Amino acid sequence: MGIIRVFHFLAGFTITTAIYAIFALGLNVHWGYTGLFNIGIAGFFAIGAYTSALVTSPLPTGVRANYVQQIVGLNLPFPAGVIAAGLISGLLALLIGIPTLRLREDYLAIATIGIAETIQRVFNNERWLANGPQGMVGLAQPLGGLVPPNYYNFVYLAIVAMVLAMVYVALERGIRSPWGRVLRAIREDEVVTEAAGKDVFRFKMQSLVLGAAIMGIGGALYAHSVRAIQPSVFTPLFGTFMIWVMLILGGSGNNKGVVLGAFIVWGIWSGTGYFIDRVIPVAWAARAPFVRLLVIGLLLLGILLTRPQGILGEEKQVSRMM
Amino acid sequence: MAELLGYGIVLGSIITLGAIGLTLVYGIARFGNFAHGDLMTLGAYLALLLTTNVFPALGISDSRLGPLSFGWVMLVSFVPAMAATGLVAVVVDRLVYRRMRRLRVPPVMLAMASLATAFILRSLIYIAWGPDFHFYTPGLRPMLMLPLGIKLRPDQIFIILIAWALVVLLYFFLQRTKMGKALRAMADNADLARISGIPTEQMTTWTWIIGGGMAAAGGILLGIDSQVRPEMGWILLLPLFAAVVLGGIGNAYGALVGGLVIGIVQQVSTQWLLPAYKPAVAFTVLILILLLRPQGIFGGG
Repeated sequence: MGIIRVFHFLAGFTITTAIYAIFALGLNVHWGYTGLFNIGIAGFFAIGAYTSALVTSPLPTGVRANYVQQIVGLNLPFPAGVIAAGLISGLLALLIGIPTLRLREDYLAIATIGIAETIQRVFNNERWLANGPQGMVGLAQPLGGLVPPNYYNFVYLAIVAMVLAMVYVALERGIRSPWGRVLRAIREDEVVTEAAGKDVFRFKMQSLVLGAAIMGIGGALYAHSVRAIQPSVFTPLFGTFMIWVMLILGGSGNNKGVVLGAFIVWGIWSGTGYFIDRVIPVAWAARAPFVRLLVIGLLLLGILLTRPQGILGEEKQVSRMM
Repeated sequence: MAELLGYGIVLGSIITLGAIGLTLVYGIARFGNFAHGDLMTLGAYLALLLTTNVFPALGISDSRLGPLSFGWVMLVSFVPAMAATGLVAVVVDRLVYRRMRRLRVPPVMLAMASLATAFILRSLIYIAWGPDFHFYTPGLRPMLMLPLGIKLRPDQIFIILIAWALVVLLYFFLQRTKMGKALRAMADNADLARISGIPTEQMTTWTWIIGGGMAAAGGILLGIDSQVRPEMGWILLLPLFAAVVLGGIGNAYGALVGGLVIGIVQQVSTQWLLPAYKPAVAFTVLILILLLRPQGIFGGG
């Protein structure tokens, strides 16, 4: 019995970590390879989650229609939800990129904070869109009938692991291609890349859209893993900051490092939760999460100051011909 | 509408105090300080500590000043709260940003470190004071009926007066003193300033003291206007950046105009939109500026 519980815990932990790893891979496209400073990941996360929820769930009928409102309910299968999440999130990135990508790099950062804040507020206040602060519940479980409900976690783990592997392999190929070399050239020196005849704006836009699409897919996987989403979930802490710490800790510009970072940071977060809940007096229980936040914040600052390349650092990417 | 305009000037004055510090740091330390909103929060909480813990513990009693909702203890608290916040900003600069500057790290990494600083400051505030919101003083806050149908609380008139007094002080400092001129020169062109013999590290320290102090004052005024909450400054970060970009990065007078414009636009928008959308309104203004005039109103080519 005990060992089974350990496996259930590990499956749940790995699902969350793998979803975080997908976000971190998307951020690695932005920051690690192209130098795009996106600190509104939570916005793409939320858009992906809500898109998939609206695409896969049916419109409420009967009594439910009295207290659940949503703009559409396409009742399509799970893969359609994931693909739509990637597309809509990418489209959003395109719209943000137009006013910001030609300007100095921190304007994109400010704009992405803005879009994340705005999206959260829209979903919270426009009830007709996706049921307001109550959010959407009872989201689809892909391959739900395959195993007894209490073993479902293992099925979903397989699905998430497969998507993570696909994203990882695609990015590794992309980054070693001539296209990936242009992205890294832009990160190192935009002016030189422009002078070499590359359309810098176009490549930056492609990177922004691709990374955001990956984040949208991560959002969809999150939505179907917890099966209930509310606007209050997509906070700057869990939706953005945590992912940045994973990227910087593991090694910006290294896909392996980023996945490793996701495991370490989520491990620290879960581990300190377990530990602090047992140490902190009950009267302080409401403040316990902030002790963990402090630990994560100090961790990021510590890495930035002592080992800015992260644990693994960037891999050398030299042509096989050399 | 006149009423919303009044509220807009109140909010705009608060945003201006934050935006002036943010734009000076932007111009002199060369990065967007994402912890600036949380410096405002820190200032508000330090004033709370002084008015509700420190002064009562010293046996100093307080009574309301005329029609205001608070007494002279609140007024006295501004000085130490501003000084302490400025000091915290300097300590963070010494521990974090100066080290990174010496390693010749690109400015965008300093912006990232400031994001970490923002979360660290906020977690410390949560740990020290908890997630609940606080008022400086309990009790009712009566409205004043002014001409043209403007309704304002005496507190809000106080907010405008204090904010503008600080802005005027800063104006004379920047315009008339040698250090003020050096600061403006550095914000304009740091390399040229260094060549002219301006001690740039020393100037950077003063920028943080001024920026942190102004932010603290803005935070306290925001706390007087509404309430003191751990997220109060973070929510204001977007309007602060919008004000800075609108006024042109590094331009303190631009931040003044930008802050007022953003404050007024945010409040007037509540005529048609939910108040929850105020940050989204600031964001929309920001995007419009980026599309139409990315160098800001007062920025050159």
